[in-house]
Amino acid sequence: MTKKLFLLLSVLLITASFITACTTTDTAAPADTGSQAAAADTGSDTTTSGGEVYYLNFKPEVSEIYDAIAKAYKEETGVTLKVVTAASGTYEQTLKSEIAKSDAPVLFQINGPRGYANWADYCADLKDTELYQHLSDKSLAVTVGDGVYGIPYVVEGYGIIYNNAIMEKYFALDGALATSMAEINNFQTLKAVVEDMTAKKDALGIKGVFSSTSLKPGEDWRWQTHLANVPIFYEIRDNNLDIKDAEAFRETKFQYSDNFRNIFDLYINNSTVEPTLLGSKSVDDSMAEFALGQSAMVQNGNWAWGQISGVDGNVVLAEDVKFLPIYTGMPGEEKQSISVGTENFFAINSQASPEKQKLAADFIYWLYSSDTGKAFVTNDLKFIAPFDTFTEEEKPTDPLAKSLLSYMANTDLYNVAWDFVVFPSQTFKDNFGAALLQYAQGTMQWDEVKQLMIDQWKVEANK
Amino acid sequence: MQKMAKKYYIFFTLPTVIAFVISFLIPFILGIYLSFTKFTTVTNSQWVGISNYIHAFTDDRNFLNAIIFTAKFALVSVVLINVFAFTLALLLTRTIKGTNIFRTVFFMPNLIGGIVLGYIWQLIINGILINFGVDITFSGTYGFWGLVVLMNWQMVGYMMIIYIAGIQGISSELIEAAEIDGANRWQILRSITIPLVMPAVTICTFLTVTNSFKLFDQNLALTAGAPARTSSMIALDIFNTFYGSMGYEGVGQAKAVMFFLVVASIVLLQLRYSRSKETEI
Repeated sequence: MTKKLFLLLSVLLITASFITACTTTDTAAPADTGSQAAAADTGSDTTTSGGEVYYLNFKPEVSEIYDAIAKAYKEETGVTLKVVTAASGTYEQTLKSEIAKSDAPVLFQINGPRGYANWADYCADLKDTELYQHLSDKSLAVTVGDGVYGIPYVVEGYGIIYNNAIMEKYFALDGALATSMAEINNFQTLKAVVEDMTAKKDALGIKGVFSSTSLKPGEDWRWQTHLANVPIFYEIRDNNLDIKDAEAFRETKFQYSDNFRNIFDLYINNSTVEPTLLGSKSVDDSMAEFALGQSAMVQNGNWAWGQISGVDGNVVLAEDVKFLPIYTGMPGEEKQSISVGTENFFAINSQASPEKQKLAADFIYWLYSSDTGKAFVTNDLKFIAPFDTFTEEEKPTDPLAKSLLSYMANTDLYNVAWDFVVFPSQTFKDNFGAALLQYAQGTMQWDEVKQLMIDQWKVEANK
Repeated sequence: MQKMAKKYYIFFTLPTVIAFVISFLIPFILGIYLSFTKFTTVTNSQWVGISNYIHAFTDDRNFLNAIIFTAKFALVSVVLINVFAFTLALLLTRTIKGTNIFRTVFFMPNLIGGIVLGYIWQLIINGILINFGVDITFSGTYGFWGLVVLMNWQMVGYMMIIYIAGIQGISSELIEAAEIDGANRWQILRSITIPLVMPAVTICTFLTVTNSFKLFDQNLALTAGAPARTSSMIALDIFNTFYGSMGYEGVGQAKAVMFFLVVASIVLLQLRYSRSKETEI
């Protein structure tokens, strides 16, 4: 009898432990995405009503700030904010697996019209949300017909970041080809100055003018996306294309490929490392070289300030860091500004319950309109917010944001819009990046790179 | 007691059966189903028939190249790993001083994760190649041999332990008898040791074949397919197809099903062949 009882008990124990094991693996959600996705399940007591907003965050660099935001939001409203952050470059795949779950993200982001096309089944119409009413420039939103499916939540800009201290040192040298940054306003001057600086790099104490052109797979977005945007922007401008018209982007002519090549050659031939070694360089390597004063220029955006100032032993002073537009040798580029735009749009999951959608809409409105929320946006997230709830004073104050804002305020210059949101797919970008690497290594001719870019675009855009 | 165990066996096997069904059987069947559909999320799919399988081969040569690359890699690394592991096992079953230390040292790389190993070897290999002004992304061949070296370094220790266990299992009487009969070392190795460790050979070739085919972390960390996917193995190619372009999840899934069929049939053939070589005393 006792034996029977013992057996029965052990059976129960095993089943019980099995069931608990099952439930715990269920809640430890994002570990299976293969990324370092960090679940920040904040709010200690989930029992209090008030609901929960599940936000899938795109920007790994601000994931810790969202912990603080969640805490503040919980205190003010009683609503729990659950933020999961996808590791860099894995947003789409994390979203794919998360959105299939019963506890799916309610608030997520899309990267523009193409992102909307991918996630149309899941994007709710945000036309009536309070946040949309406060969007300063309604044309920035992702719209189809009357519907509004994505609200931009940050304005960013990129260009060539330069270290003014090194530039001043160069301008002071005998026989310098320019006397101030103001003179560098087209590709010819930039090229002449850069090549002269390379010749005098020992006198300037740098290893190369440009930081290494990171072409490691997965680290090449600054070239296959951001830099490629410049010629595509001109192609769109000169052919009067509408970026909301998907049919117009089934193909590209890549007609300004020579301009792309101009600046790309300049980057790889005047760099801290040999072009053949670029396949192992990451964005971090590149930013570290800049921060340590080994290079004078690096192409990146205003989000990079944290990376520059965070490098141990960095020698770059905040007042020396500024943007220069990416000149490629286009006629009239003296009036070209840096590239300002956004690829970050809030979207709300239309397949979530209406209550949850409402909670998500309330959260984003709180974040961008309440004093607490706005303080987080300006001081911690350091976002330049495109909403009229922000006053002139409520802008981030890091040097790159300041430089960006001064470019935005300069109405003489024309902006290079973020047209890369029409690029067909990640595969296209990866293949183009791989071709750029082979070009840098000397195993592929430029004509082949150009052809590959055109072919891949066509293949990927028609999939 | 035995009677009772028979009565209650269902309760004891149930947890494992449920776990197996939930975490293996259902995803497997779902996976096969999804390979015939177009889907973005697994809960939202439309039947498209075999078009995914056609796309896998007709869109580009990536999948075929990956299969060829993986097959070559598996062949080379299976041979090398087993030769090295067996040699080490032979050496370390002799009475040499410090055998235990050597065994531990050779086994250790196996305890490090594939991603970490990939990055470590990338640094080492690039450190050498930089003298020639290139790096590992310069050519698919560099990536190939880098992977072979990495895989050997990681797997040899593990296989060595299995071979050591096999060699130690051979009764010393047999060897003694052979020595008395006048057999030399080579004859003992060929006619006694090798036939008697065949069960270990079966296990080791099985493990190396499957691991070589399924290699992913190391591939991702070492080269990530660079340059231009020429060093991309099947698992990485499936991953890239699945996540690289929207609407291509089904094609990735179809590739995964074919991948399963290829690996399963190769492994079954291999098992049957090396089983037949096993001898009983």
